[in-house]
Amino acid sequence: MKYHARIYVTLRPSVLDPAGVAVQSGLKHMGYENVEQVRIGKYIELNITAESEDAAKQQLDIICDRLLANVVIENYRFELTEVSTPVEAKV
Amino acid sequence: MKFGVLVFPGSNCDRDVLYVTRDLLKQPTRMVWHEETDISDLDVVIVPGGFSYGDYLRCGAIARFSPVMQATVEHANKGKLVLGICNGFQVLTEAGLLPGALVRNRDLHFICDRIPLRVERTDTPWTQLYQKAEVITLPIAHGEGNYYADADTLARLEDNGQVLFRYEGENPNGSLNNIAGICNEKGNVLGMMPHPERASDKMLGGTDGFKLFEGLLKVAVGV
Repeated sequence: MKYHARIYVTLRPSVLDPAGVAVQSGLKHMGYENVEQVRIGKYIELNITAESEDAAKQQLDIICDRLLANVVIENYRFELTEVSTPVEAKV
Repeated sequence: MKFGVLVFPGSNCDRDVLYVTRDLLKQPTRMVWHEETDISDLDVVIVPGGFSYGDYLRCGAIARFSPVMQATVEHANKGKLVLGICNGFQVLTEAGLLPGALVRNRDLHFICDRIPLRVERTDTPWTQLYQKAEVITLPIAHGEGNYYADADTLARLEDNGQVLFRYEGENPNGSLNNIAGICNEKGNVLGMMPHPERASDKMLGGTDGFKLFEGLLKVAVGV
């Protein structure tokens, strides 16, 4: 089966995010005084072929632990959906 | 003593290191392409600064899986010397040879400056020609040099005396405990954000970094 994965990599709460702080200060300058806790992370999409959803999840965990996230500073989570027909790139 | 300087796509301090170890230190040195797997001829592996693989995803994240880094991990596990400078430090943390991680500088700027550093220990191969608590000046040039580790790791580093270089005075990048360079528990792997290779030639305005390389020769003759 083929699955489409949407992977979110976020900084662990204990790690400072100076870029997030800068964006938050930009939002304040725009007048959005009610915005706080801006944290910037990464979003990764990929397709994966595996025998089952569990097998795909297991492999994704390994991929995230080894490369896509650095677990010293980042957390990750992902969502999977089955891709029923091959996805062709839209021109 | 034979030196090897790793070259990744995007490395840019490799030739500076080569100049220091081959031309100033007069030691055999070879450039090692990232796809090489046999580095058994080398005594010291140096992972130089730059932007390996464009620093895509995270600094050092992709370099860590290159064939030469697998060989470098084996080299380190044999107790042989490995030095990571700047991007090389980031690669070594990603590879798990050193604990912690380097994250974005506190003030978001890429910093290019000369800064004072305190040498914390002189009983390691890397620092034996310095005086204890000596303050030296080395260049830094990085956007992600802010050392981070969780509280337990940080405490362990300090208890083991693994912090070899600390920023003296103002902390340029927000790194925890003012850490500029750390070694592994055994002491054979050193990672540091400052550039000793850029402070080794008198003509270029400073030689505080050269003692680090010179000290390694004492290791070779077992003094």
